[in-house]
Amino acid sequence: MGPGVMEGVMHADPKIHTEPGTESSPRGPGCSLRHLACEQNLLSRPDGSASFMQGDTSVLAGVYGPAEVKVSKEIFNKATLEVILRPKIGLPGVAEKSRERLIRNTCEAVVLGVLHPRTSITVVLQVVSDAGSLLACCLNAACMALVDAGVPMQALFCGVTCALDSDGTLVLDPTVKQEKEARAVLTFALDSVDRKLLMSSTKGLYSDAELQQCLAAAQAASHHVFRFYRESLQRRYSKS
Amino acid sequence: MKETPLSNCERRFLLRAIAEKKRLDGRQTYDYRNIKISFGTDYGCCIVELGKTRVLGQVSCELVSPKLNRATEGILFFNLELSQMAAPAFEPGRQSDLLVKLNRLLERCLRNSKCIDTESLCVVAGEKVWQIRVDLHLLNHDGNIIDAASIAAIVALCHFRRPDVSVQGDEVTLYTPEERDPVPLSIHHMPICVSFAFFQQGTYLLVDPNEREEHVMDGLLVIAMNKHREICTIQSSGGIMLLKDQVLRCSKIAGVKVAEITELIQKALENDQKVRKEGGKFGFAESIANQRITAFKMEKAPIDTSDVEEKAEEIIAEAEPPSEVVSKPVLWTPGTAQIGEGVENSWGDLEDSEKEDEDEGGSDEAIILDSIKMDTGVDISDIGSQDAPIVLSDSEEEEMIILEPDKNPKKIRTHTISAKQEKAPSKKPVKKRKKKRAAN
Repeated sequence: MGPGVMEGVMHADPKIHTEPGTESSPRGPGCSLRHLACEQNLLSRPDGSASFMQGDTSVLAGVYGPAEVKVSKEIFNKATLEVILRPKIGLPGVAEKSRERLIRNTCEAVVLGVLHPRTSITVVLQVVSDAGSLLACCLNAACMALVDAGVPMQALFCGVTCALDSDGTLVLDPTVKQEKEARAVLTFALDSVDRKLLMSSTKGLYSDAELQQCLAAAQAASHHVFRFYRESLQRRYSKS
Repeated sequence: MKETPLSNCERRFLLRAIAEKKRLDGRQTYDYRNIKISFGTDYGCCIVELGKTRVLGQVSCELVSPKLNRATEGILFFNLELSQMAAPAFEPGRQSDLLVKLNRLLERCLRNSKCIDTESLCVVAGEKVWQIRVDLHLLNHDGNIIDAASIAAIVALCHFRRPDVSVQGDEVTLYTPEERDPVPLSIHHMPICVSFAFFQQGTYLLVDPNEREEHVMDGLLVIAMNKHREICTIQSSGGIMLLKDQVLRCSKIAGVKVAEITELIQKALENDQKVRKEGGKFGFAESIANQRITAFKMEKAPIDTSDVEEKAEEIIAEAEPPSEVVSKPVLWTPGTAQIGEGVENSWGDLEDSEKEDEDEGGSDEAIILDSIKMDTGVDISDIGSQDAPIVLSDSEEEEMIILEPDKNPKKIRTHTISAKQEKAPSKKPVKKRKKKRAAN
């Protein structure tokens, strides 16, 4: 693909800037993920727990399982996965229910439920602070908590959020302000083996070319997140 | 999930250890566990750790109309939630007793003690006041929820800043945080709950019981006090009989403990304020200890998305074109349209059994049709009043059954079928029945 094709493309498709991410805060237009931090096994009661932070967005996840399941909810050949998301202020509403469903579908795709039939695996998520990209942060926290609990999975998964500006600029890991001003906000859940798409949840208007570009950008970003997972777990199980 | 019961040998061990003045974690009788307070990036958000018990507190505010009998006072609302991650037994339906008890105690401690000046929350008397909402979430249950929750609540309230408001005559201006610095709440004093657990019918007492000790205790005494040694709330539960000097001794111990905890809270608040003023980094990410092996941080990283456009183009070029989607909307009446066809009729058995009934009455069908056609809102009586067959129009009305045992229903049905045979049937179960009868 030569420069001629790129020019033709520029009219219709979003421009993507890449800048060396040297700005501390606020981030300039550019694709960069915010500062990531994760702490595992911080709660004593749940079987697995993790606190995941992306910039100022922080989500705490606790996993119980495989554990006893109510007869009404049991599935004869695999584990029953339940996801509970609690907001920080007020009672949980419909938005939380819909996010719970998205996260549950993602987890069910990777968790090897057939190894633990007639049991329940419960993932409880608590929003500690919301500064943009909340669904992606919830997915990441859920994954780290499942790893900490030792639940068998066929792959790890991560969440990445992209926002499309009114002039078509793509921003990864948007803040609340960027999400509000964006034309479209897309969240993808990708798996660690082939970077395949597990879940996508989008809001707003975008073309199919923009969708594919956001997806490709999310896949590039997921490399970074999975590297973070790997290094974090290596540190935890290191002997030095 | 069911709670794992405490085994008898654990119970005996704990009681015997307490009788010998020993606690499992090595504390003394009057020792508190380590208290750690961390703040988030927004004002009013804090996490308090009392040993392993962890509570998240968040304060938020909103302008509302005041209560009718308190027109010049703001509204305080407290809500403690026992999250399901705190203990496996905390399921949504199952924790009502404990939840009500804790919430009520928290309310008495904070609201009835008048630690927050509600008069200062009034903006326009009788019209607009601030409603301060304190949400507490228990994240991990290792005993003594009430102490941790009361500390989290008072810390969050002290940390919180509400938007500044100015009233000039009739005009009320609400300033955003960017325009004017937000204003702290007016707090008179800081009531903190101290819990005492009693064992062996009041013979032994322990301060700050952990989860195991709470299982074997006989009763609990909670004293809420402030650093000026004023008792805000006192509650004794569990049915233990306490002597007067026991209660007095507990209140003296509570006074000492509250002074220590209040000092800790002040220090934490000052530290946070200093960091914010100096422009340093604050928030939960900073409070993760770097040395812990289970914690890991990675700085902001740029992502190379220069080849994203090319990749996208490749994918689109290689992808098959989307399948032809034929959608022909059929407009019945203005406001009622239909796209596509319904699903196959799966009421096969019902048809055969109902055939005989319907020749006599037709009332069964009427009921079914009515329930399906509720949206059209057509009165059956209107149609029924006419004697002649109904004029056919492209509307849903003709599918309505007239409740007169005449031949009219059958006439209409035949008409209906001939008129609509080309169009896609919308309610297949009903239609099929009609067709069969026409054939008969």
